[in-house]
Amino acid sequence: MEEVEVRLGGDQHIEVHRYAAGTIVLAVVVALVLQAFLPVHFAWASMLELPLLVTIYFALSRRNASVGLLLGMTIGILQDSLSHTPLGLYGIAKTLVGYVASSIGARIDVEHSISRFLLTVGFFHFHHAVFVLTRRLLLGQREPYLTVPLLIASLVNGVIAIGLFPLLDKLRKS
Amino acid sequence: MIAAPSRHRSLTLLGIVLVAQILLLALQIRRERQVRLIRVWAVDMVSPLERLGAWGIGGVKHGWSGYVDLRHTRQQNIELQSELDQMRLQNQALQGRAAEAQRLATLLGFRQAHADVPMLAAQVIGASPDPGSHILYLDRGTRDGVRRDMGVITPDGVVGKILAVYADTSQVLVLNDKDSGVGALLGNTRTQGPVKGTGDPLLEMEYVSSDEKITYGEAVLTSGQDRIFPKDLPVGNVIASQPDPHSPFMLIRVRPAAQLDQLEEVLILLTRQDFDVPQTDDTTTPAAATDAGPAPASTSP
Repeated sequence: MEEVEVRLGGDQHIEVHRYAAGTIVLAVVVALVLQAFLPVHFAWASMLELPLLVTIYFALSRRNASVGLLLGMTIGILQDSLSHTPLGLYGIAKTLVGYVASSIGARIDVEHSISRFLLTVGFFHFHHAVFVLTRRLLLGQREPYLTVPLLIASLVNGVIAIGLFPLLDKLRKS
Repeated sequence: MIAAPSRHRSLTLLGIVLVAQILLLALQIRRERQVRLIRVWAVDMVSPLERLGAWGIGGVKHGWSGYVDLRHTRQQNIELQSELDQMRLQNQALQGRAAEAQRLATLLGFRQAHADVPMLAAQVIGASPDPGSHILYLDRGTRDGVRRDMGVITPDGVVGKILAVYADTSQVLVLNDKDSGVGALLGNTRTQGPVKGTGDPLLEMEYVSSDEKITYGEAVLTSGQDRIFPKDLPVGNVIASQPDPHSPFMLIRVRPAAQLDQLEEVLILLTRQDFDVPQTDDTTTPAAATDAGPAPASTSP
């Protein structure tokens, strides 16, 4: 694992993690494939948002807002491409998630499991809120911002993140 | 150690990326009538500017043409006013000619309908200067065969009789003159009685018994017994009737059938020949009417 120290000014500094070439691309592809594959065979898997989890993880780890938003945009548009949603719908939501996550990652501890759980749940709802707002404004489609299944899904993804993020930590350059 | 990325740069990038994706969405999404959202946005964005531009240009044009470019307007206004006055005069003249043509057409139609009755068309050329007497002057005289006591009519009804004749003019005593009269009868009951002028627009029918049943609007026709008018020409219509408390007769007011105050063209009856009009009483013949007694109603000054 390679850690780079970034000086923010004064005595503040953060650690920026780097990954082997192709690691992020591979993770994104695997997440998209599983996201498309699992719900076909397991109904419960429809609650998962693996592309979102990947976006959150790498945005938090890279701690670079530009990289975070570009990564979010790419994953979102790829997800749009694989679904029936217009291109840009998931793209906008994940762009904002990537930007905000990378901004937050530069300021707080994101290595602890509890903080990762809370961040994942929070970003899950933020992502959904942006997604619904975009649909309402641009497509004129009304969809609730918060439902019980959505709340359960956010908790499930939070739990998944607790297990998934340490696995992804092992892909960091050492 | 690397330098921290600029916050402004990442915000700018975020804005660009979001706008690009929104435009991407707008290119795909179709609203009502399958119009792409980006086209809707473009129209919504441009149309207010177009309206503003059109309003501005319209205002400038209106201001220029309505306030600035008025150099020749006053002269044009004077010319147009003059032209309008001329047109009004022409219009009045044409209306007068049209009305005259209408009257002449009516007169001609009447004349042709009774081609067997010798009649002479005449134009009213003057009237008496005395407002108390109802006298007219016609443009026909002895040279045209006009004689005294000839009847004067219009297609509407009786007008009066020739009072005096000159070489090229003649004088008519109109029916509503207080010295005028005509032998008449009621159209329904054929009750006879002279109709006399009163000096007013309305006439009076006299010597009709109080026992007679008279209806409002009943026609009053010539009786033919005055030796001036043939029988059954319209004289007028009853508009009021009541018993006379001082005599055994009715007081009957008759409105003249002819418009005596608007006469311009008339017909002079050259003979006493009866008109071929539908009879309500088949037993009364023109010949019998002609020979029936003296003329009780027609009076001369």
